Amino acid sequence: MTLNMGPQHPSTHGVLRMVLELDGETVTNVECDIGYLHTGIEKEFEQKTWQQAVTLTDRIDYLCPLTNNLCYCLAVEKLLGLEIPPAAQWMRVLLNELTRINSHLVWLGTHAMDLGAMSVFLYCFREREDILRIFEMFAGQRMMTSYFRIGGLALDPPRGWQHAVKKFIDAFPSRVDQYEDLLTNNPIWLKRTKGVGYAPLEDLLDCGVTGPIIRAAGLAWDIRKSEPYSSYDKFDFDVPVRTESDVYARYQVRVEEMRQSARIVKQALEGMPPGPWKADAPHVVLPDREKMKTQIEALIYHFKIVTEGFRVPEGEVYQVVESPRGEMGYHVVSDGTSKPYRVFIHGPSFGNLQGLPLMIKGRLVSDAIAALGSTDFVLGDVDR
Amino acid sequence: MNFFLLSAIKMAMVMGVLMLTLLYLQWAERKVVAHIQVRLGPYRVGPHGLLQPIADTLKLLLKEDLTPPGVNKGLYVFAPFLAITLSLISIVVIPFGPAIEVAGVQTWMQLTDLNVGVVFVLAISSLAVYGIVLAGWASNSKYPLLGSLRSAAQMISYELPLGLTIAAPLLMANTLSLREIVLSQSHYYWGWIPAWNVLHGPLPQVIAFVVFMIAAFAETNRIPFDLPEAETELVAGFHTEYSSMKFAGFFMAEYANMFTVCSMATVLFLGGWLPPWPAEKGSVFFPSVMFAAAGLIALRHGLYRARPRDRRSFQVIAMVSFGLAALFLIPAFAQFFSPLFWFGLKTGLLLFTFIWVRGTLPRFRYDQLMRFAWSFLFPVAAVNLMATALLVAIFG
Repeated sequence: MTLNMGPQHPSTHGVLRMVLELDGETVTNVECDIGYLHTGIEKEFEQKTWQQAVTLTDRIDYLCPLTNNLCYCLAVEKLLGLEIPPAAQWMRVLLNELTRINSHLVWLGTHAMDLGAMSVFLYCFREREDILRIFEMFAGQRMMTSYFRIGGLALDPPRGWQHAVKKFIDAFPSRVDQYEDLLTNNPIWLKRTKGVGYAPLEDLLDCGVTGPIIRAAGLAWDIRKSEPYSSYDKFDFDVPVRTESDVYARYQVRVEEMRQSARIVKQALEGMPPGPWKADAPHVVLPDREKMKTQIEALIYHFKIVTEGFRVPEGEVYQVVESPRGEMGYHVVSDGTSKPYRVFIHGPSFGNLQGLPLMIKGRLVSDAIAALGSTDFVLGDVDR
Repeated sequence: MNFFLLSAIKMAMVMGVLMLTLLYLQWAERKVVAHIQVRLGPYRVGPHGLLQPIADTLKLLLKEDLTPPGVNKGLYVFAPFLAITLSLISIVVIPFGPAIEVAGVQTWMQLTDLNVGVVFVLAISSLAVYGIVLAGWASNSKYPLLGSLRSAAQMISYELPLGLTIAAPLLMANTLSLREIVLSQSHYYWGWIPAWNVLHGPLPQVIAFVVFMIAAFAETNRIPFDLPEAETELVAGFHTEYSSMKFAGFFMAEYANMFTVCSMATVLFLGGWLPPWPAEKGSVFFPSVMFAAAGLIALRHGLYRARPRDRRSFQVIAMVSFGLAALFLIPAFAQFFSPLFWFGLKTGLLLFTFIWVRGTLPRFRYDQLMRFAWSFLFPVAAVNLMATALLVAIFG
């Protein structure tokens, strides 16, 4: 029997279509059909100025907009040769880790709901709401923040942000304990996840799978450690690794990552260096209002940046960051004008989705749902 | 009095109360689950969402009744009718209270007392699977088909432990009539401890009770055994293709089944309408105390300044509770309503467990579910039955 699961199905998380070949309830073959969320964002980059294009990056992987912002900004800053002040770098790390927690919370909630544990979903979204409030405080937007800009941050951080972040981060570890109370030792949860969705490390690597899935398969591969960006090397955190490579191991890895992210946020909060939030690069960063009104050079720069945008020297660069889902890369090509020539995005979800058939084949339909949830893909990131 | 007239009156009363209970069971479920999940639940339609069930029913009535092409029309329409009829029919044999006398007419708080009441309920609940299987088959769609296949296998497997656990208290009561079973539990050990079947010698049926409840979860397709309608796997399971009142039929059947199994558990294991300690030792006052306490709590929360929306509604709830507390102090009222109160309280607590579990546990996988029934529940129930039989033979 051929079962068409999706694109409208409660647990395909977006618009993935899976064609399952069933023998009874056993899946004999599976084919993932993608492309239902194709937005043409990559092409649209070519129509925007460098700075405008930041707003597009939010919409690619909509569960971790700030990670996308960061990756794009880092790539362009590398082309421009900009030096980002330490305070801005630390703030980027802080918000990035909050984004990671946010994304993992959505994953945990929906994954648990797929397996029938409804309450975890609402507990996770309670904390997610706190994070989104913090984002709103910073950027005025809950999801599509576009808070990182080429050259630093979009705005100065709001008054009282330390208090809001501290309040959240102090309470958060106990909240993770709550989720674990409901799931980690729950016999039904163990039965549904242990040994389910197994795929060997080599095969996963061949498919281009990255992130928590590969770490759950035994490879300690984390860009934050291997190629530190935005001062990640100054932070002290562990990369959780499991070797079972099943749904439960992925669950453990991600839950531990949430705790580690909370640790990083705490360090960033306590050790935030003083200094400006934007790079000292008048040809890229907009001058403040005060300067613009009083200095003619600042006014000229303001006019140039707003009307034409800044020019980026010719060249190309590939920048990777560790997104909550794995290795996210932006390949940015500049032809020397004020608009990108080409921006190619390597989305982690795409690679992770390739590993999915390995986990599903030969298992039951219910296991397919568990494996699907454990891959944690975002269709916006797959189709772009 | 004319037998038919009496039966008609009783039937109307039971039906009315039951339908209202089913409607508000759904409201209670939404409220309890909401509070487990740090939400408020229904709040907009009426105070505390009390009119929500009525609004939902109206909404379902007004929905377009869609019949997808390619279905087997007769069976497709018949399936929800069958499901709801079978789920409601078991109510007739369930005793809600003792014999009462109204205006010179003596009658039992029960529609009819079949001398094979237990077997009747078992038979009807075995038939209930037909509603689901027919729905899945007639829908001519793959998700419903998978759902109904799962359901058929599940319900048949869990029927066995269910039957075996029911058999154990039957051995002790030595009757198949539900009324007699309750009456056999009516004495007290040392004047205090009730001789309910969960506590009653020669072998207290605690194991049977627990196994019965687990099997009941599976029989009613509730989490953690809600595979036939596992929404994240099979969209909506066997009722994917149903809409409007046909869907409402299945929905109501589920709640009616829940109510039936909980009443059965109350009657078989928890002494039906009997109070947990003798009336002369103060259990007559328990309803009054409980309602008075509920009234006080509502009053206390109504005065809480941070809850402006509850300031009026909680006063009303408190007044109603105080009124009920006062009514239960009147002997004539208490005589009729305390058995109903105890029956309702026990059944309500069991129903609360159903809802509570739904807010807590994930779902089993299909094969794990079957293995659980056959390799755990079935042997446990069988051993329990044999032990009971042995002990009854020796001491009974």
